[in-house]
Amino acid sequence: MIELRDVEKRFVVRAKTGRLRRDRREVKAVDGISFSIERGAMVGYVGPNGAGKSTTVKMLTGILVPSSGQVRVAGLDPPRQRIELARRIGVVFGQRSQLWWDLPLADSFELLRHIYRVPAQRHRANLDRFAETLGLAAFMATPVRQLSLGQRMRGELTAALLHDPEIVFLDEPTIGLDVVAKAAVREFLAEVNRERGVTLLLTTHDLADIERLCSRLLIVDHGHLIWDGGLDELKRRYGQERTMVVDLEEAAPPLEVPGARVVKVDGPRQWLAFRRDETSAAELTAAVAARTRLLDLAIEETEIEEIVRRIYAAGAAPLAT
Amino acid sequence: MRALAAIYARLVGARIRSQLEYRLSVALQLVGVGLLTATDFVAIAVIFANVPALGDWSLGEVALLYALATISFALTDLVIGHLDLFPQMIREGTFDQILVRPLPSLLQVVASDFAVRRVGKALQGIAVLVFALATVEVDWTLGRVLAIPVAIAAGALIYGAVWVALATIAFWIVDAIELVNAFTYGGSFLSQYPIGIFARWLRGIVVFVVPLAFVAYFPALYVLDKEDTLGLPEALRFASPVVAVLASIAAAAVWRNAVRHYRSAGG
Repeated sequence: MIELRDVEKRFVVRAKTGRLRRDRREVKAVDGISFSIERGAMVGYVGPNGAGKSTTVKMLTGILVPSSGQVRVAGLDPPRQRIELARRIGVVFGQRSQLWWDLPLADSFELLRHIYRVPAQRHRANLDRFAETLGLAAFMATPVRQLSLGQRMRGELTAALLHDPEIVFLDEPTIGLDVVAKAAVREFLAEVNRERGVTLLLTTHDLADIERLCSRLLIVDHGHLIWDGGLDELKRRYGQERTMVVDLEEAAPPLEVPGARVVKVDGPRQWLAFRRDETSAAELTAAVAARTRLLDLAIEETEIEEIVRRIYAAGAAPLAT
Repeated sequence: MRALAAIYARLVGARIRSQLEYRLSVALQLVGVGLLTATDFVAIAVIFANVPALGDWSLGEVALLYALATISFALTDLVIGHLDLFPQMIREGTFDQILVRPLPSLLQVVASDFAVRRVGKALQGIAVLVFALATVEVDWTLGRVLAIPVAIAAGALIYGAVWVALATIAFWIVDAIELVNAFTYGGSFLSQYPIGIFARWLRGIVVFVVPLAFVAYFPALYVLDKEDTLGLPEALRFASPVVAVLASIAAAAVWRNAVRHYRSAGG
């Protein structure tokens, strides 16, 4: 369904270096990426900021022309067959809207029906279905600019799916949403994949999106693919260590607790790293509470930046492509 | 083609509907734009208060030139005047959305706005046209009657082609809008005057490079049955529609090529 072979995207960056002189430098945003995704898969595409995630998605959707390498999406060459491709894919950019800002949500959907030339009956059926699942009825008549971010995102998802796309690309679909809205988006995507067999590729910062949705995970950094596999496997290898942040009653020397080590101290707050295969959060809490008075605590899940750092620390080279 | 026209009408209709939520504001702007552009023609009238003719052209004849050029320009401005904002679309990366929709990108950019207030400019041009036709003596034939709407349509296409081609500079240099404006508004100014009064190099440009002489000058020569002081072939008087179509095809090709150089925004 999606295939990339040795894909590169280079940008020329010009920086002022003096009064008149300008430095011309070539930056490889994507530096030789290959992978393929089969029909009906749900794949997470993650990496730190500036890793080349969005650039890849933009090449897959026909927005950017690759500098070299081959891209096939739904059997098409994206920039060359852009219009044909656009009919068969859906795109959600978390930070940009596909909707008409000044018009009621319902009008945006109506315009999209004409743009994609969806038969009226099919459009109606899809819209009814999505409106019900996502609870759109309450704000269908509201101009998009007045919607909350969560409402707007539900509108964006609907807009991306109304024309029965085979593949949907989602760029940070849960960014900025609260916990409830995030859960609603994830549940909806899982359902769309299950019931309609839509192939999903989502870029995200949030590993919880991946946890809930994707059986396969691609990690990209500095334009290279550094991981291609399951999330469980990734966690087993690199995500064992988590951090518990504890607030003590008063500043104290670093705690000594079995199964954990203090990695940072800031006044009465301490950061304890622990491995999930050695101790549980509950055991650790009990152990800390037994030693000193504990006011508050929080568990920090491992962030993608941290996992990337660990993959490098473990000496992994970019995946051979 | 018909399907594209229909979707254009639908998209523009949506834009107009959202503008008409602010009816009073649109009405005031419309009047304001009309009055503002009227001062343009006042400048020409002032010249004629001091000299009897401008390069062998009388006031009424220049008024005809001015009217053809102004109405063409106003139509172009009405339909694609928002190309002004195109560099912003590039800078902010909103052009991304256009590329993921199954419609030609230029059509979508053109359909992304429709500034009702700009109708004011066209109204002023029409007023001058009425004045010109009442003043000059024309030996009316069917051809000369048709020549006026044809010239206006061809002129609008020529302006449009020039603007679209210039707007593509934004794909490479985002902040080139002032340069582009110098050409678009400057171009409109040039075509309001008989080109015989310009320096030789400038005449060459408006006839052969950026074909602004075909907006008003050549059609006006035909309608007025005037002699061309430049001594160019008479066939050029009928060439405006052909030039308009060729310019449009060239502009579309420039656009298509430029889109491949779009860099988007952000990572």
